[in-house]
Amino acid sequence: MRPLGILLRRELALAWGGGGGPLLALAFYACVATLLPLAVGSEPQRLAAIAPGSAFLALALASLLPLERLFERDYEDGALDLLALGGPPLELVCAVKCLAQWIATGAPLALLAPVVAIGLGAPPKLAFAIVASALLAGAGFAFVGGLGAALALGARRGGLLIAVIVLPLFAPPVIFGAGAIEAVAQGLNPLPALAYLAAYCLAAVAAGPVAMAAACRNALS
Amino acid sequence: MFAALANPQRFMALSRWFAPLLGAGAVACALAGLWLGFAAPEDYQQGDTVRMMFIHVPAAWLSMFAYACLAGASFFGLVFRHPLADAAARAAAPLGAGFTFLALLTGSLWGKPMWGTWWVWDARLTSVLVLFLFYLAYIALQAAIEDETKAARAGAILALVGAVNLPIVKFSVDWWSTLHQTASVLRAGGPAMPAVYLAPLLLMGLAYTLTFGALWQVRVRAEVWRRRAAVLQLRNAG
Amino acid sequence: MLDLDMGKYAAFVWPSFAASLVVIGWMVADSLLRARKWRKAVERLEQDAPPR
Repeated sequence: MRPLGILLRRELALAWGGGGGPLLALAFYACVATLLPLAVGSEPQRLAAIAPGSAFLALALASLLPLERLFERDYEDGALDLLALGGPPLELVCAVKCLAQWIATGAPLALLAPVVAIGLGAPPKLAFAIVASALLAGAGFAFVGGLGAALALGARRGGLLIAVIVLPLFAPPVIFGAGAIEAVAQGLNPLPALAYLAAYCLAAVAAGPVAMAAACRNALS
Repeated sequence: MFAALANPQRFMALSRWFAPLLGAGAVACALAGLWLGFAAPEDYQQGDTVRMMFIHVPAAWLSMFAYACLAGASFFGLVFRHPLADAAARAAAPLGAGFTFLALLTGSLWGKPMWGTWWVWDARLTSVLVLFLFYLAYIALQAAIEDETKAARAGAILALVGAVNLPIVKFSVDWWSTLHQTASVLRAGGPAMPAVYLAPLLLMGLAYTLTFGALWQVRVRAEVWRRRAAVLQLRNAG
Repeated sequence: MLDLDMGKYAAFVWPSFAASLVVIGWMVADSLLRARKWRKAVERLEQDAPPR
């Protein structure tokens, strides 16, 4: 477990350290949220109706940003080769990378999400539901995003390619995460939507690292 | 059967007559299906738009069937590492994308007179759109990676991950309340459709399937030749 | 016998059939042309084989 702990600390340090990782994603999130009223029109009622959903959409997009560097840095300087060969299984290494991604980027985005949603006109009582939903969905985004990052290793136009691969896979957490918030907004039970979201995220956490490791080995071969 | 498929020589010998056979069968079924389809009376609810069922539903069936073939070939390529399986997966993708596009387009043209809208974001339409995006993502991924073997394996992983969408598409009309109608053919209890519509529908479904089968073989043949050409080029240069 | 008068739905039915024909036609043409192109390439390269 110790090597994984060290790896986790390293990943977190890399994510928070050089280049202001989460700050970039947070700034992007804020920018997209700012563009929304400009695109849709600032009429408060219409904006408030779509506020939780569009906040969730912008969250999904912002989660894409740090993905390109998730594996690429280690792939380029040879560290991924070493990680693949030694110590903990590559599957666990990938899982730890995604976990760091969730903590370093997913959590701050989840904390900013209610601010964005309320800024767009969502009722403040939804704040807790938004944080919970965004945090849970963030796990799905991190692990599925990691899969996209691993598949696109060594490919041309990596960033855009990751987005094209990953966005269809983001559909379920967006549907269920935003759906849970909508349910709370309408006074309905959010648990069914949250249950589906949790199921998806569990599947992503369980199966994602296996596929990721296979993709990494493919890129390294 | 798998021996014939695994060995490129045997595949080429088999597909040489099997592909045209399927093609001829497809044309025959299509002619019969279209004849019966236009001879059938107009539906009391849908009027003449019911004719669109004969090209919309088969396209939708094939969009899923092609993906299943793609995923199956990907699985074989990943597990047995056979280049012919990789080629088969890659070959199925543009065909599947084409059928999915047709399903979406004909569905939209059918929805406008029937539902009053070109599009609605219900579970069935959205999941088919996601299926289309998966095809595009698969094609984009393969195109972006230069090394063919790596591209094939990365594509295989993506295809298998995306296969989880297939049951969602199929059962979306049962799990969620959708504008799109529920299953009338492939359902427990048998088809719930009068024979005068079911017959042309099944014929067109067969026609579309045979078309896919024939074209899939043609594309894999092209791939076999392409690899042979690459090998020959190296040999001639050396 | 063959009822080809679609009435008010003609504007929807015929474009659907036309689109299907076009897309399937493209799939057929692209596949066949691709196969022919590589078969000819192989034939050409086999002819150009250096003498052993």
